[in-house]
Amino acid sequence: MWQWIRPNARNLRLWQAAILAAFFVFWHVMTVPGLVPHFLFAKENDAAFFLGEPLKIFARIWQWFIVKRDIYPHLWITLIETVLAFTVGTIAGLLMGMWLALSPLAAAILDPYIKAFNSMPRIILAPIFAVWFGLGIASKVALGFTLVFFIVFFNVYQGVKEVSPTVLANARMLGATQRQLLRHVYLPSAMSWVFSSLHTSVGLAFVGAVVGEYLGSAKGVGYLIHQAEMVFDINTVMAGILVLTAFALVLDWAVGRVEKRLMKWQPRSGETEKL
Amino acid sequence: MSPALELADITCTFVSREDRAQRYTAVADVTLAVAPGEFVSVVGPTGCGKSTLLNVGAGLLAPSRGTVRVFGEPLVGINRRAGYMFQAEALMPWRTALRNVMAGLEFRGIPPAEARDQAEQWLRRVGLGDFGDRYPHELSGGMRKRTALAQTLVLDPDIILMDEPFSALDIQTRQLMENELLDLWAGGSDARRAALSASPAPAWNGREATGGGGQRKAVLFITHDLDEAIAMSDRVVVLSAGPAAHPIGEFAIDLPRPRDVAEVRVTPRFIELHKAIWDVLREEVLKGYAQQKRAA
Repeated sequence: MWQWIRPNARNLRLWQAAILAAFFVFWHVMTVPGLVPHFLFAKENDAAFFLGEPLKIFARIWQWFIVKRDIYPHLWITLIETVLAFTVGTIAGLLMGMWLALSPLAAAILDPYIKAFNSMPRIILAPIFAVWFGLGIASKVALGFTLVFFIVFFNVYQGVKEVSPTVLANARMLGATQRQLLRHVYLPSAMSWVFSSLHTSVGLAFVGAVVGEYLGSAKGVGYLIHQAEMVFDINTVMAGILVLTAFALVLDWAVGRVEKRLMKWQPRSGETEKL
Repeated sequence: MSPALELADITCTFVSREDRAQRYTAVADVTLAVAPGEFVSVVGPTGCGKSTLLNVGAGLLAPSRGTVRVFGEPLVGINRRAGYMFQAEALMPWRTALRNVMAGLEFRGIPPAEARDQAEQWLRRVGLGDFGDRYPHELSGGMRKRTALAQTLVLDPDIILMDEPFSALDIQTRQLMENELLDLWAGGSDARRAALSASPAPAWNGREATGGGGQRKAVLFITHDLDEAIAMSDRVVVLSAGPAAHPIGEFAIDLPRPRDVAEVRVTPRFIELHKAIWDVLREEVLKGYAQQKRAA
């Protein structure tokens, strides 16, 4: 019996699902009023009030996705904001990183400013962006951009600096012009660093979008959560958080797929197959 | 006829980046010429500045003093008529073997279909016809060297610069590669010409007319392995230990060609030459070793 249950590579997914189920069961048992005597909170209904009840949360999600189908426009907006912030931030970080890595003088001049902008707690810019760019998509993209840009920028900068001097010399001997070096040596080398930071930067683009929505907007999942919080509807808040988490996981998975396709050339350890 | 590559009174002094006052002269007053079609090896103790000389010849490094001439013309920038085989891994890891071999042709603006054709031919000639779609990390060390060889030779350079290209290989693979290189160097031109006439290459092929005069390419081969140097070369130049390394001996290798690098090692003439060169080299090797020990 135990040898079937004991965690191994094959029942790994089952174990993951079991842990999730156990978590929700525990949550359910501890929060539904009257199910177990309350010992942490003063009143019987308090646990449900503060923590929400899984069944109601799932009912809420069911309503959103299946019955009323009213979450899709919000999800769509959040997705657009995330993707825009991510794309624009990555491209800008890539260009800026390549430029500064290849012109040391410019890098030396701009160094203190880059450090300053990077150290700045940029989440705090969200209300300012709302004033500058309005309550629509633009202000969220701007916030996500400031978060994504620096991650990509630093990675590209590092990537270009660490191009193998031999590979570079070889490309030059093969007759590459400065432009071709940029296109065929620096860029691919930098891209491997960009991809290693992709998971982080997609996550931050998402954070930028949701925080932006939370602080001022009329659409998006962050907005839904904010609305629910205003009326102490903890179940809807929790439902929103669950949806966002699942959403982030999907984004992460998509990035993983893209990475796998584009980074085929990178060696992976232990690529043997047991026969 | 002017030499394919001529280094005249080359001195290279490096300045330490941290301390501008600290200087190190790697090579001093080196004069060295490689005739068209000649295979010249430079041997010397480790760290004597052999690679520095090669980089000067390639145009990757500007000498502190002295001039470099390529077929009689002063070298400005990268040496366009030379191919370079590096000691370290130099393949672009993000390109497959085939795309690596194509790289130089691509940089020169050869149409992709034609570049692919030539690259495939060269991959086959170095015995990697079936491995074109592999990435460098999926190839063995010897296969990567072959790819690098094809990458250099597909451009049909008049001069080949080689910086201990086989030093990282095991002895069997190494001897195989040495023989293959000699074969390609000796007889490669005819096959190459046939390959080229099948698909006439424009522009960059034009220099063939002025190139070298002979069929064979001029080779400047750097190694610390005396056996390898004698087995392969027409001439061996011995460099003194650094700093301020300079040639201290030059030996014509009159062993008949074609040679087999494994077999030629046991011929009496080889042993004679080896002894003569080693007599000059030994003292420098000991000097270099003592210096490294002191530095460590």
